[in-house]
Amino acid sequence: MNLARVVGDVVVTRKDENLVGLKLLIIQPLTPGREPAGRTLIAVDAVGAGVGEEVFFVRGKEASFPFYPVEAPVDAGIVGIVDHWTVG
Amino acid sequence: MQIGRVVGTVVATQKHRKFEGAKLLLVQPLNPDETPRGTALLAIDGVGAGLSEKVLVVLEGRAAGEALGKKAAPVDAAIVGIIDDIEFHGHL
Repeated sequence: MNLARVVGDVVVTRKDENLVGLKLLIIQPLTPGREPAGRTLIAVDAVGAGVGEEVFFVRGKEASFPFYPVEAPVDAGIVGIVDHWTVG
Repeated sequence: MQIGRVVGTVVATQKHRKFEGAKLLLVQPLNPDETPRGTALLAIDGVGAGLSEKVLVVLEGRAAGEALGKKAAPVDAAIVGIIDDIEFHGHL
């Protein structure tokens, strides 16, 4: 998993039927120092996250597990909203 | 698997239910010579690791789920060992 900030959302009308009802958000991965870490990506939201929030997300097939038994075709998913983190 | 160092802790109240009771740690991946590599990641702690310890991390969903002890958990990284010592003689 990685830290990230939600920086936008994506509206997709014509899509795979197993994406229907899922919220897609644009996230910017972060370092623990809140610097951007690499490129933004699109992640499916499993916890009710919104733009501006700091979250953590999982990569890979596991991102679809919160929607089981629907086999959502996703490769990244937000699975927690971060209250705070401590370094060092 | 990768070598890393525990550099922090993360608190999240609102999270997927499979994370209930799990400890989330920030881990900085390390090269074998213990220099940092890439961005710190979040891993489930399966072994009781603490701050500044060197750890063995799995970066794969099924293995991480097993470390958490839950099936179909949306996780992709877990600490599965605390490293006593690394002996590295390699040259790239």
